[in-house]
Amino acid sequence: MTMVTMAKALNAGLRRALEADPKVVIAGEDVGKLGGVFRVTESLQKDFGEHRVIDSPLAESGIVGTAVGMALRGYRPVCEIQFDGFIYPAFDQIVSQLARLHYRSRGLLRMPIVIRVPYGGGIGAVEHHSESPEAYFCHTPGLKVVTCSNPADAYWMIQQAIASDDPIIFFEPKRRYHERAELDESRTPPPLHSSRVARPGTDVTLIAYGPMVKTCLEAAEAATEEGHDLEVIDLRTLSPLDMAVVYESVQKTGRVITVHEAQLNLGLGAELAARITEQCFYSLEAPVLRVGGFDIPYPPSRVEEEYLPDLDRVLDMVDRSLAY
Amino acid sequence: MSDVSGASGEVELVQLLTPEGERLEHPEYSFSGDDDQIKGFYHDMVLTRRIDTEATALQRQGELGLWASCLGQEAAQVGSGRALGKQDFVFPTYREHGVAWCLGVDAVHLLALFRGVDLGGWDAQQTRFHLYTIVIGAQALHATGYAMGVERDGLVGTGDPDRDMAVVGYFGDGATSQGDVNEAFIFASSYNAPIVFFCQNNQWAISEPIERQSRIPLYRRASGFGFPGVRVDGNDVLAVYAATTAALERARSGSGPSLIEAYTYRMGAHTTSDDPTKYRLADELEHWRLKDPIERVRAYLRRSGSGDEAFFADVEAEAADYAADLRARCLALPDPKLLDFFDLVYAEQTPLLAEQKANYAEYLATFEGSEPREELGQVEPAYSGGV
Repeated sequence: MTMVTMAKALNAGLRRALEADPKVVIAGEDVGKLGGVFRVTESLQKDFGEHRVIDSPLAESGIVGTAVGMALRGYRPVCEIQFDGFIYPAFDQIVSQLARLHYRSRGLLRMPIVIRVPYGGGIGAVEHHSESPEAYFCHTPGLKVVTCSNPADAYWMIQQAIASDDPIIFFEPKRRYHERAELDESRTPPPLHSSRVARPGTDVTLIAYGPMVKTCLEAAEAATEEGHDLEVIDLRTLSPLDMAVVYESVQKTGRVITVHEAQLNLGLGAELAARITEQCFYSLEAPVLRVGGFDIPYPPSRVEEEYLPDLDRVLDMVDRSLAY
Repeated sequence: MSDVSGASGEVELVQLLTPEGERLEHPEYSFSGDDDQIKGFYHDMVLTRRIDTEATALQRQGELGLWASCLGQEAAQVGSGRALGKQDFVFPTYREHGVAWCLGVDAVHLLALFRGVDLGGWDAQQTRFHLYTIVIGAQALHATGYAMGVERDGLVGTGDPDRDMAVVGYFGDGATSQGDVNEAFIFASSYNAPIVFFCQNNQWAISEPIERQSRIPLYRRASGFGFPGVRVDGNDVLAVYAATTAALERARSGSGPSLIEAYTYRMGAHTTSDDPTKYRLADELEHWRLKDPIERVRAYLRRSGSGDEAFFADVEAEAADYAADLRARCLALPDPKLLDFFDLVYAEQTPLLAEQKANYAEYLATFEGSEPREELGQVEPAYSGGV
């Protein structure tokens, strides 16, 4: 058992994957000598060579499009998109090419590609470096979407994603990269596409993922001072959703709040609310409420803390839920 | 300042067989095959044209939703397709019916796609012919990535003809304006990938002439990316074959990518939905009709004495038989069942999609009578799809 940062845990997970399968290759901008702008791929090129850890030309569509070709040749590419806001030049390659080849070929072609994306705000960055574009990809059949919230999940989930035969968009909460937590490399991880209860509680369910899990855990801690016992669910898998954990929680608490950084309109919270309403209608004591980014483009960083859901916004919504 | 328009420098066109059917010498490229091989090209081009004609007819009769004709481009496709080695791998657009023929892809699969039966039913790995790509230029990156994989597999530059292989990425003149094609050029050049970029410049991107895509001859773009480019007479099957053979050999030997611009003409419409009389002149069509890729080979074979009337008649008869059989098989294609598509989305099915499929099956079963509607191929989008 060691204390590691999420960046180090991802690095270790990538290393395990490169060791386990010679067909695994990493490609992206600055992933080689530099080790990535967040150092997630640090020293991997040195240890595995330029043929397996590939510094790409600065062209996101090219990174994903050539990964599709390499996958057709039997490789398992792990692409890094340097920042969330840079993924859009690759949008066609992801949603129209990568996501469809298994389907179009009636299952003859497999696309074991992972696209790693540092996402979310809170690091004082310039424009296009703080986006939360996960809903676009969850909306696309053929893709799977996951996100980690802590170092241990990061370590296991990246390896599980690389081992998957389906294309996976792997969102990494960049503002949590350097937070430390325990990692036990000897334990057996839960399945990739499973959600988990991060904190059991009885009064209200908070559903979060990625960077907002920590925020929700802190909110739950603060709520105890007012006598409220909040349950926090870490979704981990955004597409497909693992709804069993959610339904079980809602049937217990009767009150649900979804929390994400992404804009509210047609975000993950909307899908969760729809599904919960369909399946748990008679368990609900209050409507499903949502906390999220406002429906404006990500603001300049001087006001990002106001834009991003925080402990107070979550607790305010808890009060509203309890008021029904 | 030098003239960048390309207008001043003479544009060279590699040609080994004139429209009149006369063989030409070229300092760099030559066709060393015999007349039997040329008769084979003739056969393939006639068959390709016959498949194309039959498909166009089927569309006009309402049996295909759409067809993208390759009429006029048979030499570009057969010449390059027949230059492929037995390991080489192809990434086509949606118009490479002649290349598909050369690689043994059953034409009924091409028709099935345009009929709306499936989204590409052939085995891409087994035929070495990737599925058709409809978003313009996207496949150039797939071809490049595949070639990068080939290089990593150590199948380049070994000198062993049973091992070394190359990739051909097809695209058209319109695609050269796409970012993906330009990115493919950069990746291929940067990694010295074993790939041949094969551009069929058929002069028209639907209604937009080549002048809208490029102010210089397309083959000259290659030099800006750091690899050689050549323009060949795309209606000259011998020149296309010779240039593609050389480019493939270059790629297999580890010398990297190259660009071939096959200068040809789209004799038909962009697709059956298009009306080219709105944007181009009949004169232009007539000009290119005189450069027909098949007629010049027929003229050559007649002149050389290698092809007698019996040969030409046999090929015509074979083409007619093939077309009749193809038509019958096309009409016999069963409509797919929507329910079957749910299990094709992922390698590992998701519980939510499995549930949605089960719910839809249950919904279908609620209709009275034993015949579910989807058996009739008339599923209306009445079901919201929620679970």
